[in-house]
Amino acid sequence: MKALILVGGYGTRLRPLTLSVPKPLVEFCNKPILLHQVEALVKAGVDHVVLAVSYMSELLEREMRVQEQRLGIRISLSHEKEPLGTAGPLALARDLLNDDSEPFFVLNSDVICDFPFKDLLQFHRNHGKEGTIVVTRVEEPSKYGVVVYEADSGRIHRFVEKPQVFVSNKINAGMYIFNPSMLSRIQLRPTSIEKEIFPVMAGEGQLYAMELQAHSSTRRFWMDIGQPKDFLTGMCMYLQSVRQHAPERLRTGPGFLGNVLVDPTAQIGENCTIGPNVTIGAGVVVEDGVRIKRCTVLKGSRVRSHSWLESCIVGWSSSVGQWVRMENVTVLGEDVIVNDELYLNGANVLPHKSINESVPEPRIIM
Amino acid sequence: MCEFNLNCYAHVILCFEKCYTNKVVIIIFLKIFKHCFSGTRFRPLSFEVPKPLFPVAGVPMLQHHIEACAKVPNMKEILLIGFYQPNEELNRFLLNAQQEFKISIRYLQEYAALGTGGGIYHFRDQIVSGSPEAFFVLNADVCSAFPLTEMLSFQKEHGEPNSFVILGTTANRKQSMNYGCIVENEESNEVLHYVEKPSTFVSDIINCGIYLFNPDIFQHIGAVFQKNQQDISVLFTEAIRLEQDIFTALAGQGKLYVYKTLSFWSQIKSAGSAIYASRLYLNQYHTTHPERLASNKEGGPKITGNVYIHPTANIDPTAVLGPNVSIGTGVTIGAGVRVRESIILHGANLQDHCCVLNSIVGWDSTIGKWARVEGTPSDPNPNDPYAKIDSETLFREGKLTPSITILGCNVTIPSEVIILNSIVLPHKDLNRGFKNQIIL
Repeated sequence: MKALILVGGYGTRLRPLTLSVPKPLVEFCNKPILLHQVEALVKAGVDHVVLAVSYMSELLEREMRVQEQRLGIRISLSHEKEPLGTAGPLALARDLLNDDSEPFFVLNSDVICDFPFKDLLQFHRNHGKEGTIVVTRVEEPSKYGVVVYEADSGRIHRFVEKPQVFVSNKINAGMYIFNPSMLSRIQLRPTSIEKEIFPVMAGEGQLYAMELQAHSSTRRFWMDIGQPKDFLTGMCMYLQSVRQHAPERLRTGPGFLGNVLVDPTAQIGENCTIGPNVTIGAGVVVEDGVRIKRCTVLKGSRVRSHSWLESCIVGWSSSVGQWVRMENVTVLGEDVIVNDELYLNGANVLPHKSINESVPEPRIIM
Repeated sequence: MCEFNLNCYAHVILCFEKCYTNKVVIIIFLKIFKHCFSGTRFRPLSFEVPKPLFPVAGVPMLQHHIEACAKVPNMKEILLIGFYQPNEELNRFLLNAQQEFKISIRYLQEYAALGTGGGIYHFRDQIVSGSPEAFFVLNADVCSAFPLTEMLSFQKEHGEPNSFVILGTTANRKQSMNYGCIVENEESNEVLHYVEKPSTFVSDIINCGIYLFNPDIFQHIGAVFQKNQQDISVLFTEAIRLEQDIFTALAGQGKLYVYKTLSFWSQIKSAGSAIYASRLYLNQYHTTHPERLASNKEGGPKITGNVYIHPTANIDPTAVLGPNVSIGTGVTIGAGVRVRESIILHGANLQDHCCVLNSIVGWDSTIGKWARVEGTPSDPNPNDPYAKIDSETLFREGKLTPSITILGCNVTIPSEVIILNSIVLPHKDLNRGFKNQIIL
């Protein structure tokens, strides 16, 4: 089976991290975002993944070759030279997706999830129509576009953008499965799948919704991790899921609270309290007496002694000094140095910067 | 995304010209410490191009230096010394410059960031080969009239035969402390005292970063080098700064003199100061390169003041440009567009009726119809003849100070919005207006 992942362009919402590394390769809980998705697809029987990119990165290409070998599948890159919107890339990859009659998955690259691909395939085959989209329940539906569908069959009636009154609390989760016949609906031009393709398919009774949370005994999580704040929220959800399904992967013992994921090559000092909800990457050094909560610390970084970090992302090879306090979604890009005894509140720091002054109020440090 | 910063943020170019033996050495310097504040002050423009190659008044910053050097009689070779990894852009520039000025230009790569003095000391053999009597040193990130011939004459008339000359200019009291300060003997012009960026007022004569040396300088640098070798507290013995280490020591010894110039001078540290520097160079074109200044022509746009337009730019006749505007290669400017005090970089597309004021529009960016892209100039006080451009910090008291608006490469501004005092990083597709923000 095949899958198309809409990778897109420069990942600007996840800057400053994406100034150093293309978004699909940014590590989420110690594994590149893309790999979470590809591995889940492979488990569901996918043997050919097409990445729709608008910005070609050598780094991404190289990494894809490595993963092809490792997973024993085929990975193609479909490069859009001009913007094609959310549906256009499917038309561009038409030949790759069309060569058999099997349905293919489509996935938005910012989605981290307890991926339901096997269930989605089953559900899709059962109703036998042209397309199925996964919907997920949210608390504040009026921030999004909601999906209105028949509860028992899943047949979609309509979509409502940012409804003012409560209409539905289910939104498009960014995961779809289509029959190849659906490709004839899309022309090779900038096209919005949500605005131009889905409403037509729904009108013809050809589009169904599968609720993410419905088919599972444990609560399935979902998050769009395209920006730092949501990246951290998604991390918490993922770690909770790891606790449920593979608790041996988490680090426990004195000094570790809640769900903490630590790469085997990382070193943690004495008298630290790490967690809950912390991810520590490869080769990271955490010195003595450090408190870290709700953070991602990326590969090769160092957090020096007695520092206190909450809700932060520490970029690759960065160095956080002693007695530093960082909070409120402070994001350090690659190779940032934070000097001793500083306070960073919501600082968004571009790569290769040295911070010598506190940042008491959220701002971007360029 | 790569940036011209990683290991090699070029910040200073020293230009050496050897008199009577026709060698010019240009040193492209790396900041001694990679994480230094000014290493990133040219962002987001430095994401695309090394600062010395950023176009000012239509041509790369470095080219102004080379053109000035080419005017001094008998100049034949330029040596570039720096820490940059050789890259395509730099190589192309060097090739073009060689062909245009018929001089040999070579790039010597430092093995580490050696500082202003360390760099020339390390390659001293190459510099003194051919036994020049004297040679010039020019910093890369200054905008100047480069009165090199005058400095030569001055050196002959003043002081010992082998004295060194610093080009100086007058700053106002408050701003002088941001530069190297020179106390001179008003009769002999000898430098009595030199201090780099003092915290209290010392002198209103500042160092322009343009020097005239002779091979004796290497003895003095060598002495500091030896001293560093012995001093275990000096971490990196090969890094020697001309200003702090050499000039301060030479002051008052009868070896160092200052030639004061009234001609224009400015540092180019941040992106905003590039617009001010453009204005200074565009003004100079009246005497040096009048062909680079656009004029009102039949079927052409309306030109006010000094404007540079690359021949490949496509400009609607109803557009109004200037004063102080530079338009790069392949730029498209639609009907009724107004551009003032701005730099429009190669490939940009300004659609009908848009208005661009005090801004830098990045390579291949697009500005939609009726959009307003506006910045706040940080120019020196025009009423103070000695005022210099502020070494701007982006933030004061936690707030983004109003500054030049900068659009990085490949930014798209939609129609009818306003982008005010903002900095937009490359490859952003905006969907609304912004004010006083950095947009990542």
